[in-house]
Amino acid sequence: MLSFILKRLAIAVPTLLILVVLSFVLMYAAPGGPFNSDRPLPPQVLANIEAKYGLDQPFWKQIVDYVTNVVFHFDFGPSFQYEDRTVNDVIAQGFPVTLTYGFWSFVLAVVVGVSLGVAAAIRQNSWLDYLAVGVSIGAQVLPNFVMAPILLLIFTLWLGWLPGGGWNGGQWQYLIMPVIALSTSYMASIARITRSSMLEVLNSNFIRTARAKGLPGGRVIRKHALKPAMLPVISYLGPAFVGMITGSVIIDIFFSTGGIGVYFVNSAFNRDYSVIMGITILVGALTILFNLAVDVIYAWIDPKIRY
Amino acid sequence: MTFTRRHLMASTAALMVLSGTTAIAQSEVPADANLAADQTFTYRVGDESPSIDPGKVEDVDGSDVVRDLFEGLYNQDADGNLVPGVALDHTVSDDGLTYTFNLREDAMWSNGEPVTAGDFVYAWKRAASPELASPYSWFIELMSIENASAVIAGEMEPDALGVTAIDDTTLEVKLSTPLPYFPQMLTHGTTFPVLQSNVEEFGDAWTQPGNMVSNGAYVLTELVPGERTVRERNEMYWDNENTTIERVVKLVVPDENVALTRYLAGELDRTDVPAGQFPRLSEEYPEQAISVPEACSYYYMFNLRENGPEELKDERVRNALSLAVDRDIIVDAVLAGGQKPAYYFSHWATAGFEEPEIAAASMTQEERNARAVELLEEAGYGSDNPLTIDLVYNTNESHKSVAIAVSQMWKQTLGVETTLSNQEWQTFLDARGSGDFDVARGGWCADYNEASTFLDLMQSGSGYNDSKYVNEEVDQLLADAKTSETPNEQYTQVEQIIAEEMPIIPIYHYAAVDMLSDQIENWPVNNFEQNWYSKDLYKIESE
Repeated sequence: MLSFILKRLAIAVPTLLILVVLSFVLMYAAPGGPFNSDRPLPPQVLANIEAKYGLDQPFWKQIVDYVTNVVFHFDFGPSFQYEDRTVNDVIAQGFPVTLTYGFWSFVLAVVVGVSLGVAAAIRQNSWLDYLAVGVSIGAQVLPNFVMAPILLLIFTLWLGWLPGGGWNGGQWQYLIMPVIALSTSYMASIARITRSSMLEVLNSNFIRTARAKGLPGGRVIRKHALKPAMLPVISYLGPAFVGMITGSVIIDIFFSTGGIGVYFVNSAFNRDYSVIMGITILVGALTILFNLAVDVIYAWIDPKIRY
Repeated sequence: MTFTRRHLMASTAALMVLSGTTAIAQSEVPADANLAADQTFTYRVGDESPSIDPGKVEDVDGSDVVRDLFEGLYNQDADGNLVPGVALDHTVSDDGLTYTFNLREDAMWSNGEPVTAGDFVYAWKRAASPELASPYSWFIELMSIENASAVIAGEMEPDALGVTAIDDTTLEVKLSTPLPYFPQMLTHGTTFPVLQSNVEEFGDAWTQPGNMVSNGAYVLTELVPGERTVRERNEMYWDNENTTIERVVKLVVPDENVALTRYLAGELDRTDVPAGQFPRLSEEYPEQAISVPEACSYYYMFNLRENGPEELKDERVRNALSLAVDRDIIVDAVLAGGQKPAYYFSHWATAGFEEPEIAAASMTQEERNARAVELLEEAGYGSDNPLTIDLVYNTNESHKSVAIAVSQMWKQTLGVETTLSNQEWQTFLDARGSGDFDVARGGWCADYNEASTFLDLMQSGSGYNDSKYVNEEVDQLLADAKTSETPNEQYTQVEQIIAEEMPIIPIYHYAAVDMLSDQIENWPVNNFEQNWYSKDLYKIESE
């Protein structure tokens, strides 16, 4: 197992390097640049700025310098758009915010989603099943950019219970709406995957055997059915977790949370090269890491899988 | 007292005393005002500002913050007139090239040090230096300060910049060419002082709360990027006793509809009116929905490059297309936010600008349409030979609505087939700058309150002239206007030439539409540049 993990981590390094180079090339291929605006800067001013950020260097040198700084100094460079800050500042400030609401969204989505899915599967075709399926389809068809303004309208404008946005260091009042808005569609997917996987497991031979041996229903579910039924859910959760903790631009836009999602999108629009690269590397590394985590958990749950 | 060009030229060499003496009645609160217990002003912006370093500030929202934190030589009053800031007054030499500013002695930095002429010298040299590489260094050049171009180009040391501290309270500025509106430019953030010891102590981190020392009415107390910026009263500010608002909170709320919801829930005192909602809001909240002229013009430009479309090289075609645009429908039905139809380029409310007489402006739309049809037929286009045009604009709901409306007008009146294409901002700038369009959307906002800020775009050498319109007469008129005592004559002629040759189609003059809490008093609705100072506001109890 350890050698498997080490091997995967070793592959991660060239993977990330390819990601860096590809993103770099694509970014430069896009029209425009970080200092373009509708009032073009006088050439001399532009030259000063490009010299300051090293954009006057040949392309290959920019990539080499960038990778060297990242690898040896863990320095992602200055933001081109937010001149008072470095990319490290942008990530250090935005990522904890996103991580917090992403983590709670994940917990909520998993707990509620799995419970709904299991309950629906056990009581298949009962009112509980229809309710669970109805709720999850409802949650699925209400994307977060629809959820968010509805929540705001209800809890901020009409009821006046919750602040309409901001972060305030992550106080619970500020967390509720972002977490609900972000988790619902994940929750719905988890519930549906859990339900269908659970149904399949419940109809399999080893469960029939367990029941035939006279084991109580609750024990059959907990001890025997849940673990194998979770396999497809877990393969969904890895990327979902990365998706949630690396931010949702919708959540950041609607709830002004100041998370990293909004930078991801804005940096692309602004051609803020260094921020695009920083966040791409962050998300890339997390994706690799959590995919690895999923594989490890797989092996732990499913005795058939050995690395 | 307004600083019109004429006024300035007439009074060169005279001592210029600005309105009032030391106690200027900016935030004069009426004695019977029922002041709110909580003097916090909270407003919305759409995005975090690139920088709040005066030397680097480049956007409107950032400038609003910088005007509270720092104070330059002059401030503006509610009508946009200059009033004393750190400078009490100034004199101008006979040749108009040397300005000598007399600074107040009681101006303090927030750490208790006095604000001196040397702080301005340091700040201006810093703003121009290639080392800082400020995107706004060109503003120092625009101000015509001696050697500015060479300093920015790195050909001279920053010390060569034409600005000198004669003593702690006397600042001398040398210009390379007379610039009658020079004093007006001094309310811009780029010209504000910064404290050398503070900048050098913290380096790039000097703009962080806790580090920053400032000389304005407020100090920076909190800055969470992408979420909020808080500034609070500066006890050291020379006019602190006349300041009423205690705390100013800028919240970043990217979505304007969410911001409106939060405004209605009482979380914000000021926010923007989302596009198209002004009629409804002004009916429901007549006291709060305000529309004021905003110093920008909206226009379509023709591609007049050598390799541009042949059909648009014909003046008659361009005139026909312009005449067929029903501006009234665009401002009244499409935008509905108090904008004004435009038949000339400079914004109608620009200081000292007199409306030029433009023939099309006094016609009815039926007359304009009839004339447009005639012109296009003369040019040889009709049902057998229809004109086709590519119209490019940057992705935005409002630009899209205008583009659709215009293309329909062209179709119905002239039978012109228009292909609309919207492009993401950077792609759009690239296409427009490189001439990859027939007709493209343009919007221009004033850098200062004088018509040349608009009309200079029509100079053949202007870097902002994306039409690549070339007319030597226009170039000459604009050059003459720089030193003319009656520049409006030149401006009128330029506007009339543009209306004849039509390198651009002026469509409308902007209006700023905001929701402003009825608790906030003294908002400078008549300040054309929308320059507001929190120190001049106050908040009353809600009724």
